[in-house]
Amino acid sequence: MVRKELLHLWRARSRVVATFAFAFATLLLFSFAGGLNADLLRANAAGYLWVGLLLASTLSLGESFRVETAHDSLEMLLLLPVRPTAIFVGKAVGNLVVLLLVGVVMVPAAVVLFDATPREGLAPLLLTVLLGTASISAPGTMHAALSARARSRDLLLPLLLFPLVVPCVIAAVQASRACFTGDVMDELGAWLRVLVGFNVVHWSLGALLFARVVED
Amino acid sequence: MKAAVIAAEVGRRFAGRWALSGVDLEVAEGETVLLHGPNGAGKTTLLRVLSSAIAPTRGTVTVFGAPVIEQRHRLALLTHADGHYDELSGRDNLELAASLGQLRGDLGALLERVGLARRADDPVRTYSAGMRKRLSFARLLLKSPEITMFDEPYAALDTAGHTFVDELFAELRARGATVLISTHQVARVAPMCDRAVRIDLGKVVWQGRGVDVVTGDAA
Repeated sequence: MVRKELLHLWRARSRVVATFAFAFATLLLFSFAGGLNADLLRANAAGYLWVGLLLASTLSLGESFRVETAHDSLEMLLLLPVRPTAIFVGKAVGNLVVLLLVGVVMVPAAVVLFDATPREGLAPLLLTVLLGTASISAPGTMHAALSARARSRDLLLPLLLFPLVVPCVIAAVQASRACFTGDVMDELGAWLRVLVGFNVVHWSLGALLFARVVED
Repeated sequence: MKAAVIAAEVGRRFAGRWALSGVDLEVAEGETVLLHGPNGAGKTTLLRVLSSAIAPTRGTVTVFGAPVIEQRHRLALLTHADGHYDELSGRDNLELAASLGQLRGDLGALLERVGLARRADDPVRTYSAGMRKRLSFARLLLKSPEITMFDEPYAALDTAGHTFVDELFAELRARGATVLISTHQVARVAPMCDRAVRIDLGKVVWQGRGVDVVTGDAA
């Protein structure tokens, strides 16, 4: 399933490009909204980065299941038969790859737009991006599947997803802020552990409950 | 003869409307059954429930004595919604099915057989409806199931395609496979079937020999 997702991603690369363009446009809007106040932009760089990624994720997550419902491919997979857990893991990893790619490209964009150099180095920031995007991908995949057959699915997905991932986004913002401004309070490790915890919970729940979502 | 499929009191509701209401149907192993009836009668819904593509709202479906969901590897459904991925090529789609379903077969030979060899590496989004249908047949042949369910198998196919489907039905019968066919091409298919079942308003309203449908006894 993971290989299938990656192959499909490669053949439909426009999805990654569109997600990145949307996320970049969001960062650009934040930089305009902040005006000439460089201190304000720098202080809020982590928040802008994650709000941009969260908003862009709804595009990518929704599209990942539009592909499955367009010709009832999900039914075809279940009848092959592929285990729902395998479908969940494949879709979630595919969504993680898209968000991770977008996140990795967004970091230098944030550095340039907000003049926010990562004082703790790039490695902890990239680890934060990995854990943060993974903590959006798992519940995002679950809720994209839930809303895929709804008529107003584009509206439903953020309504279902955002309240659920707010704690993950807060943790990711705090960890990223520590990376950007310097970890003077020695809190980076704690926030990363919180993100690991959210990932364990969300990925486990997704693997356990996905069958209930897709078996109509 | 042993029962291959048993539907007991099967009902399925969509948005408050019962598309199927209390269908009882038993299909014996090796039997070929025609499902016919007017548009909106519930034929497609019945096949989707029998194949476990969707769950019944009430009632049960068993395949070879076990819940259908546990027997998915023994059946296949060919329907309007083909499940192909538009951005992948025909060959990719078939390779995907082989890999995910752990199916073995000569994919090149299958593509040749369904007449898609020359366009096998083109994205499926460039295929016509008939070519998509041919790709579905290739996937079905790859799986080679014990129970095969067809929903409008002739739709979108050209004359050569119709002949291909006729030959496939004959092949499946000769192999002793259990086959359910839902179609409006009743005169063409009924003589090939052991039994015909007429569905209307989500219920079985008539059952009899396949040849009786053609002679008008089902009316």
